[in-house]
Amino acid sequence: MSSTVDIKTLVIDGKEVSARAGQTILEVARENGIEIPTLCHLDGLSDVGACRLCVVEVKGNHKLFPACVTSIFEGMEVTTQTDRLKKHRRTILELLFTERNHICSVCVSNGHCELQTLGQSQGLTHVRLPYRNPNLPVDASNERFTVDHNRCILCTRCVRVCAEVEGAHVWDVMGRGINSMVITDLNEPWGESSCTRCGKCVQVCPTGALFDKGKVGNSHPKHPDFLPYLNMMREAK
Amino acid sequence: MSKLSLATVWLDGCSGCHMSFLDLDERLLALAEHVDVVYSPLVDAKVFPDDVDIALVEGAVASVDDEKKIREIRAHTKTLIAMGDCAVTGNVPSMRNPIGPDPILERAYLQNASTQQQIPCVVVPKLLKIVRPIHEFVKVDVYLPGCPPSANTFHSALMALITGQPLDVSALTRFGA
Repeated sequence: MSSTVDIKTLVIDGKEVSARAGQTILEVARENGIEIPTLCHLDGLSDVGACRLCVVEVKGNHKLFPACVTSIFEGMEVTTQTDRLKKHRRTILELLFTERNHICSVCVSNGHCELQTLGQSQGLTHVRLPYRNPNLPVDASNERFTVDHNRCILCTRCVRVCAEVEGAHVWDVMGRGINSMVITDLNEPWGESSCTRCGKCVQVCPTGALFDKGKVGNSHPKHPDFLPYLNMMREAK
Repeated sequence: MSKLSLATVWLDGCSGCHMSFLDLDERLLALAEHVDVVYSPLVDAKVFPDDVDIALVEGAVASVDDEKKIREIRAHTKTLIAMGDCAVTGNVPSMRNPIGPDPILERAYLQNASTQQQIPCVVVPKLLKIVRPIHEFVKVDVYLPGCPPSANTFHSALMALITGQPLDVSALTRFGA
């Protein structure tokens, strides 16, 4: 069996790096210590390119590319931090904050939230767009967990972890565009759904949309780091 | 050098930002060497002065009175600071926005009142339909998010503004801090 690996060389932020064919820009960047902000991406899950925070510029092409779902090629020149990209990332975060009712001060994830942390790291001190103030439900029918749609950013991590890792596919997305909602089964109450109550969706949720009823105040750090280990152990079997 | 004039204003907020400002403790004395507090819930002035250098505004705009005040403050202020999450984002006061003011008033003053059930309508200002951050009404010069912003945040931000040093707000505070 041939052991040759197809190696490509490319440049990210002026740094020459090498990568295996088929890797994404995000993977290669992170392997080389170059940080690209992400929100819907999570190590251990498939990538969907939903949030668009990881957009980068590729030389010779005017449009922007989501780093998590764009494969590298030989001679590629990638830039991850430009004023244009920072402007787009800020606007994406502002749109997320306006779309639903994110009240950080009373959120169970205050201090542990990826949206809040990204807002700060991307220099967001206020939201320039008007808030939409939608009237959204909270489903506390599950005996262990609650889904608060006011805090959901539709990253679909819950949908992916439930289908890809737990194998239950209880979570899915209903509706289109700004009216999309995550649902359990065919929009049944979570407590009456086929949920296995494993809690993986809660741990991967980047905000306070999915939370454990046993947590009060803002003492709800999430631990999505179990995923790569779980995948590794399964592959080793 | 003559002192700068500082005003602090309390719109629809819980006064927690003012409490956090007072947490400057002994640093208030150092601050007092640079500024005179010319208008504030903490002092006796009844009328917003004509020429204010720095105004710290706590709270969202929730009533017709808040709206009138914020426009007046803007007209007489050089540097307007949105102080805390209510002023910056709407925060807790804005949680009534999805259902509007009427159900809230009914719940508070009719359904949950055991005696004298009536919605206040005399003297108190009319509520706006939607609670909004102050920058949706007037231009804001500096945003200090946080619920409340810490005393250290106030100290760093005010000293930077007074001495003309650069100010990196995101290094100091965030929404919900």
